[in-house]
Amino acid sequence: MEPQLSWYLALSAVLFTIGVVGVIIKRNIIAMFMCIELMLNAVNLTFVAFASFFQDVTGQLFVFIVMTVAAAEAAVGLGIIITIFRNRETLDVDDASILKL
Amino acid sequence: MLVLLFILFGAMAIGCALAVVAQRNPLYSAISLIGVFISLACLYVMLAAPFIAAVQVIVYAGAIMVLVVFVIMLLNVEEEEHRRSRLRFLVPAAVALAAVLIAEVAFILVSVQESRVVPTSSASDVGLTQSIGAALFTRYLLPFEITSILLLMAIVGAMTLARRSGLLGSRDQLKRD
Repeated sequence: MEPQLSWYLALSAVLFTIGVVGVIIKRNIIAMFMCIELMLNAVNLTFVAFASFFQDVTGQLFVFIVMTVAAAEAAVGLGIIITIFRNRETLDVDDASILKL
Repeated sequence: MLVLLFILFGAMAIGCALAVVAQRNPLYSAISLIGVFISLACLYVMLAAPFIAAVQVIVYAGAIMVLVVFVIMLLNVEEEEHRRSRLRFLVPAAVALAAVLIAEVAFILVSVQESRVVPTSSASDVGLTQSIGAALFTRYLLPFEITSILLLMAIVGAMTLARRSGLLGSRDQLKRD
């Protein structure tokens, strides 16, 4: 018996849900950032599973572009985190609830 | 055999993902996240996508996580202290939402009939570096070029945000003077 397509989709959904829960309950901004990466990876698993089961290379190309966007997001997001830490001396998102510096 | 491998790597991915959320120290979360990336790369190999698996290990587990760990150590983040959260209802709300999502997945798994498509054998060339490169530079050339512009914007934005005497820094110095 081979692993079915729905197994991969279920695994991806579970990983995505764990990422959503992490974003909601975490207060450290870096931990929230890592949970967002987890959600991106769950979606990538869906793309690769569909590309493999339907014999189409487009899904894997989309994964490639999602990875590029994730790298850009990491660079800009960590820059923003460093700026917030420099201005507020904390990484708690509850302390960064106003836009004023 | 493949089922056993799927269960092994799937359980590893879910366990490491739970550890990412459960850990209080961000550094331990980062290392658990690397575990998730590695087990997902193994699943990609099982799905006959060796190029994506290699890129996953190099770009995600290598470059992005090194950047995250570097920032964690640069900012010297201490463990989250136990203090009263102002949004106390968030944890039960998150658990309830997760239960709803998992229930939906279970319903779909039970109710939707199994697809009859079989996974790719190694004889297919989908997922090899050659086919990905051929599609990337012919049919999908425009997204590729847009991606390069996006990376350029990210480089400029990250440098502008992170340097000390940038737009934000000079305004701070004006305020202090």
